[in-house]
Amino acid sequence: MGLLSLAIWTPIAFGVLLLALGRDDQVQAVRWIALIGAVVSLLVTLPLYTQFNVSTAAMQFVENAPWIDRFNINYHLGVDGISVWFILLTAFINVIVVIAGWEVITSRVNQYMAAFLILSGFMIGVFSALDGLLFYVFFEATLIPMYLIIGVWGGPNKIYAAFKFFLYTLMGSLLMLIALIYLFNASGGSFDLLTWHKLPLGQTAQSLLFFAFLAAFAVKVPMWPVHTWLPDVHVEAPTGGSAVLAAIMLKLGAYGFLRFSMPIAPDASHEWAGLMIGLSLAAVIYVGFVTMVQKDMKKLVAYSSVAHMGFVTLGFFIFNDLGVAGGIVQMISHGFVSAAMFLGIGVLYDRVHSREIASYGGVVNTMPKFTAFALLFAMANCGLPGTAGFVGEWMVILGAVKVNFWIGMAAASALIFGAAYTLWMFKRVYLGPVTNDHVKHLKDINGREFFYLALLAIAVLYMGLYPKPFTDVMDVSVAELLKHVAQSKLN
Amino acid sequence: MIDKLSLIAVYPEILLLVMACVIALFDLSVQSRTRTATYLVTMLTLAVVAALQASYATSGQTMYAFGNMVVSDAMGNWLKCFATLAVMVTLVYGRSYAADRDMLRGGGELFVLSLFSLLGMFVMISGNNFLVIYMGVELLTLSSYALVALRRDDTLSIEAAMKYFVLGALASGFLLYGMSMLYGATGSLNLQEVFKAISAGQIKHQVLVFGLVFLIAGLAFKLGVVPFHMWIPDVYQGAPTAITLMIGGAPKLAAFAVFIRLLVEGLLPLAVDWQQMLMVLAVASLAIGNLAAIAQTNIKRMLAFSTISHMGFVLIGMMSGVVNGHAEAAGNAYSSSMFYVVSYVLTTLASFGVVLLLSRNGYESEEISDFAGLNQRSPFYAGIMAVCLFSLAGIPPMIGFYAKLAVLQALMASGGALHIGLAVFAVMMSLIGAFYYLRVVKVMYFDSPVKAGEITAPFEVRAVLSLNGALLLVLGLVPGGLMALCANAVMQMLAS
Repeated sequence: MGLLSLAIWTPIAFGVLLLALGRDDQVQAVRWIALIGAVVSLLVTLPLYTQFNVSTAAMQFVENAPWIDRFNINYHLGVDGISVWFILLTAFINVIVVIAGWEVITSRVNQYMAAFLILSGFMIGVFSALDGLLFYVFFEATLIPMYLIIGVWGGPNKIYAAFKFFLYTLMGSLLMLIALIYLFNASGGSFDLLTWHKLPLGQTAQSLLFFAFLAAFAVKVPMWPVHTWLPDVHVEAPTGGSAVLAAIMLKLGAYGFLRFSMPIAPDASHEWAGLMIGLSLAAVIYVGFVTMVQKDMKKLVAYSSVAHMGFVTLGFFIFNDLGVAGGIVQMISHGFVSAAMFLGIGVLYDRVHSREIASYGGVVNTMPKFTAFALLFAMANCGLPGTAGFVGEWMVILGAVKVNFWIGMAAASALIFGAAYTLWMFKRVYLGPVTNDHVKHLKDINGREFFYLALLAIAVLYMGLYPKPFTDVMDVSVAELLKHVAQSKLN
Repeated sequence: MIDKLSLIAVYPEILLLVMACVIALFDLSVQSRTRTATYLVTMLTLAVVAALQASYATSGQTMYAFGNMVVSDAMGNWLKCFATLAVMVTLVYGRSYAADRDMLRGGGELFVLSLFSLLGMFVMISGNNFLVIYMGVELLTLSSYALVALRRDDTLSIEAAMKYFVLGALASGFLLYGMSMLYGATGSLNLQEVFKAISAGQIKHQVLVFGLVFLIAGLAFKLGVVPFHMWIPDVYQGAPTAITLMIGGAPKLAAFAVFIRLLVEGLLPLAVDWQQMLMVLAVASLAIGNLAAIAQTNIKRMLAFSTISHMGFVLIGMMSGVVNGHAEAAGNAYSSSMFYVVSYVLTTLASFGVVLLLSRNGYESEEISDFAGLNQRSPFYAGIMAVCLFSLAGIPPMIGFYAKLAVLQALMASGGALHIGLAVFAVMMSLIGAFYYLRVVKVMYFDSPVKAGEITAPFEVRAVLSLNGALLLVLGLVPGGLMALCANAVMQMLAS
């Protein structure tokens, strides 16, 4: 069994084990098994980084075995510089989420933990699949655990949110399925992604494929104007669900652009780049305004996710190495920062059971340790230099200026909005005198909460201060991707 | 002429017939309320028949018997094997349900009629002649009418049986009328002869199409596709649940085989005509089946409408075989349909298995709200039901996804913009379908239970249901084998 297979199936095996364990009378054992499962799953992904060869753009750790002969579908796995970090990120966030749900979840603990473990296995599968159909199977399969996580452990309006999440994203993916089958037929019977990358296609076909992929990935990212499901879902999802959704699931869509849309339909990507840049800027600027007026903390962070993901898609579709690499860095940093933001809100929610900004005020007086963390994450969210949030945004802006000054200018304005909504929220929640009674009785974070927030803080600072390990890994692959996208595939 | 070779081709059928008669007599001596002895003998018979069919199928031989009236080929034998297994599973799930409702007190008709309906399916699948196929259809439906009316004191069942009988008789009339038109035009009842006569191109096209319309209408009735679907929801709901499964499971396999025999083996030269008709039926079934299912509160009725939409998918595979008069894609298209039917039957068995499990004496578990909080009462059965529903919705990694994939691939390989448009329509309809399947998942997982209490079931039911549920998932992870089996079976049928 290869490393990638281990990375995919270890968490799934632990998840199935937890489901088999059953009832709530063994809660403590269930939690420990879940934690062991998550940690083991993280450990098996580490060799992917340490043994990664940064000097080649070829796929590494490749596994290829026939899976469904009838349609020539292969169990084909492999990673390059673009995808390898996401596998580690997924396994890392999974550990954090298991710890974060430790005491918070009290009913059906085994199912909760199992859902997250299985979900992380599926998501690693998405990042490592090199077969179109294998990708699709993992991509869709993630919906099932997430649907249950939102619906079972979510907030008051969870059912609406769960359905909206499932049906909205399913609609996009079904159109992608049509595109995959079209490519299968057009390539003479192959689902192999690398074959598709070389397949010559006409302009119309490319455009149609591009939009079919766009339907799936834009909903997932989510891009403006199909982002409306995200705030609703984030608000209702349990803390862990929000963290995974923001940190990893949104990246599945952005990753899809790099693996499918751009290399398979390069001419269409260039043709419609203007549209994509427009939508990205709308996400950055318009959603930035929308974010400012939110009264609900989770909704605020959800909208700010849309804005940050706008940077990612903007970086991709300006087609230079700074932009694309910046977009990927932004994806990773947003993985850490958004998870941290949502977990921070979760810490407050567990104590007060309110997400309204107005229910708080002066939290720093009773929770100084927590406020220190919150400040760091808030700074990272608005892209302060020295934190993870800065690196990606700065690279994207730099790349955009190279292409067109005004695009760079517009994107840069987002830094101001980001600072405005994040700092304003921070001020209202944490600073000033204590305005609400229940804030007086808040207890500061315990050791468990300190531990996982500290892990995230280290990640955020490390990535901000020394991003080289991240960028080094992807440089060659990004260059290769851009070289490929620059060549026309019209025949 | 009845020679020894002819008999070999129909040994399983003969065995089934003899044993059905023997069991009918044997049952007279059984006194027990649950008819355990009859049940065991029936299961043993079915197991032997299934094994026999499987061995015939793996031998891969094609045999014609009784002057080309019946054919025994790999496709037919696999379908017969699966149908036998489906009937066995149905009886396992349904026996305690039937016993609780006094359906076994008067006698073991449930078993005998099931065996006869299975025999009807065998004849349908093997038929190579208009009249033999018609005979099989009648044997199956007549047994089914009686099965639906088995609970003779229940008004709903009787109403369903009456409706089923009247509409079914009408459909049989259509079928027979279409067959007689084609017989009149071609001068033969034998499918190969009909094929040759039409291929020769001497017969007036209009006459053939006229007969074809009636034939398709009759078949559409039996398969239950829009606009010939009226009986499906009423019969599914009205029949005792065990019988619903008997009607909604195995017979779909036989109906598929009849489509293949009549339309492909007999009337392939008319493919351009019947493909258009099937397209209309498929589009209407997908739309009406999925939209009407949303409004249902009764799970049997909901599954009935979902059946209609799934049969729409089966027809999509059937209409993708012949492109511009060339039949190269035929094997791919028809095997995708076969795979769809087989996986659909497997899923239906498990989902009705859970419905049956939740029904108790004097209490039917028919409303969707009866599933509330099933996850808290029994995570295991809720899990099986969830796997079924996700499979029906076509979400990977369940088997239902690969079925949809195969059919859509066949559809898109077969033509231009129209077929791609149809594929988009089909996936959008399955998006609507996902909504009502998800609603049941929601009720099971998100709502609190109204009824408490453990769910008890005999060991054999638990074992078979677990196996059934596991199979949906395992085949979802490794669907290659079953796909290849369907493909080989259909290729062999087309080659012969």
